Amino acid sequence: MAANKEMRSVYTETLIELAEKNNNIVVLEADLMKSQGTVKFMEKFPERTFNIGVAEANMVGIAAGLSALGKIPFAATFGCFAGRRVYDQFFISANYAKLNVKLVGSDPGVAAAYNGGTHMPFEDLGIMRNIPKCTVLEACDQVSLRKLMIKSAEHYGSVYMRLHRKPVEPVYPENEEFELGKGKVLKDGSDITIIANGAIMVHEALAAEALLQKEGIRAAIIDMHTIKPIDKDLIIRYAKKTKALITCENHQVVNGLGSAVAEVLSENIPTLMARLGINDEFGEVGTQEFLQKRFGLTGIAIAEKATELLKRKI
Amino acid sequence: MITEQELKQLSAKARDIRILTIDAIGFLGVGHIGGAMSLIEILTMLYYRHMKVDPKNPKMRDRDMLVISKGHAGPALYSILADKDFFPKDWLHTLNQGGTRLPSHCDKNLTPGVDMSTGSLGQGISSAIGLALANRLDKINSKVYLIIGDGESNEGQIWEGAMAASQFKLNNLIAFTDYNKMQLDGYIHDVMNIEDINAKWVSFGWFVQRVNGHDMFELDMAIERAKREQYRPSMIIADTIKGKGCFFAERDLSNHNMSFTYEKAQEAISRLK
Repeated sequence: MAANKEMRSVYTETLIELAEKNNNIVVLEADLMKSQGTVKFMEKFPERTFNIGVAEANMVGIAAGLSALGKIPFAATFGCFAGRRVYDQFFISANYAKLNVKLVGSDPGVAAAYNGGTHMPFEDLGIMRNIPKCTVLEACDQVSLRKLMIKSAEHYGSVYMRLHRKPVEPVYPENEEFELGKGKVLKDGSDITIIANGAIMVHEALAAEALLQKEGIRAAIIDMHTIKPIDKDLIIRYAKKTKALITCENHQVVNGLGSAVAEVLSENIPTLMARLGINDEFGEVGTQEFLQKRFGLTGIAIAEKATELLKRKI
Repeated sequence: MITEQELKQLSAKARDIRILTIDAIGFLGVGHIGGAMSLIEILTMLYYRHMKVDPKNPKMRDRDMLVISKGHAGPALYSILADKDFFPKDWLHTLNQGGTRLPSHCDKNLTPGVDMSTGSLGQGISSAIGLALANRLDKINSKVYLIIGDGESNEGQIWEGAMAASQFKLNNLIAFTDYNKMQLDGYIHDVMNIEDINAKWVSFGWFVQRVNGHDMFELDMAIERAKREQYRPSMIIADTIKGKGCFFAERDLSNHNMSFTYEKAQEAISRLK
């Protein structure tokens, strides 16, 4: 894998890879093919590509109908629309009907950058987590994106997946294997556990780990690529091991990764924890770098939060 | 061409289905009687003359399918499915009771013979488009039928679907608008007017026909013509009467979802016999 490859290229290449093996793979878009990069898929499989125009609700409903006859639709739009605009269609036509729609929301959280507050989903994972039996994912690099897409296609049931379109530093070796609902330990540690999801926050968590190491703090880093179903066993194991946890998400701390981890901890093994993410705010415009600082989504902020939390650890 | 004899048989069948539906809703004591009654002739014509379905194999891949986008009309469909032995007739008296396989709104996972879960208005047209596209991809030469409510036509998703079906030239999609002129809160033209409904569908690029939705001959002719259409999706706008044939509900503005006793239901049934 070429370093720092665009995630959207991996998305399209993986769709092509899946479609070459399985005639049932179809792609739906809502007038964002050029942004998502799926034009290459259309060139290869024109009959299996459906551009529904600027009509996201209709796209999700059509995807549901296609899946009712055995197709495996990947339907993509910006995360702001995938969540807020088509929640009812995804909820009823896809999930309530027990169909098999893979809904992809791109430009998660502050990655929406120049599109600004209207386009900045800080709530998509949270509302999707409230849909019974729905699988909710966010990959952090090229390898995990490809492998999680393959697993999603193999899994019968609707999936919501956030897609970071931009280039990112690879985290995993090419041969790493993934399972839906099973988090990945990226670094082992004994003082504190940092649980993150998505391209931005997993990379920032790794940066925080390096900073903490300089202070003599050994942090475990977990990539919780699936927030539903959440990897309860892994959370409990690391709660026992480090007795302090921080969650980091490019999302509201309400009902996202932080909530999911807090639920597991409070019901099974009450443990000192802190949630880092968006605190009851709307998005706004700016570069991703500016916005990460603005909302405290940086390695430095994570390291500070970890240090503070550790002061409370007995 | 349909014969007089066939028309008579179909009308008799429609009466039986109407009776089963009034009985089922009456047994429960409350339900969407108005919009179920207005659909009886359309559903009867589809299931007893046009649609290829197999009660023994409800998921047969090349069956014709029906999406009732106005999902609250489920009870009318259940009467037909029971009559055709998709499931035992005594299920009809479990309508809407806890644990039933026959919920108020159509559910593909609960009821044998129901092709799509509907109930959140506007969504059925998109699902039907998906089914029609899947059939086209798989070179399955069957039809997807779709029933939209007139009140439901207030939903924006209906018109998103109208645009898309036309864009994709889905001549394997045959839709009906159950134009009974009433919605929950009152007359369509008072709440949210959908006129000029013919012109709307024509302008979206559909093959549009207008029929009396309780006239078996007109329905049959329109469906025959729709099946022969080569390029466009079809919209059959059916002028209907909300509550048709159920004397206490017919044309009553409160008939969208009304309560009535089983005795009242039996009285309505005896008037149909």
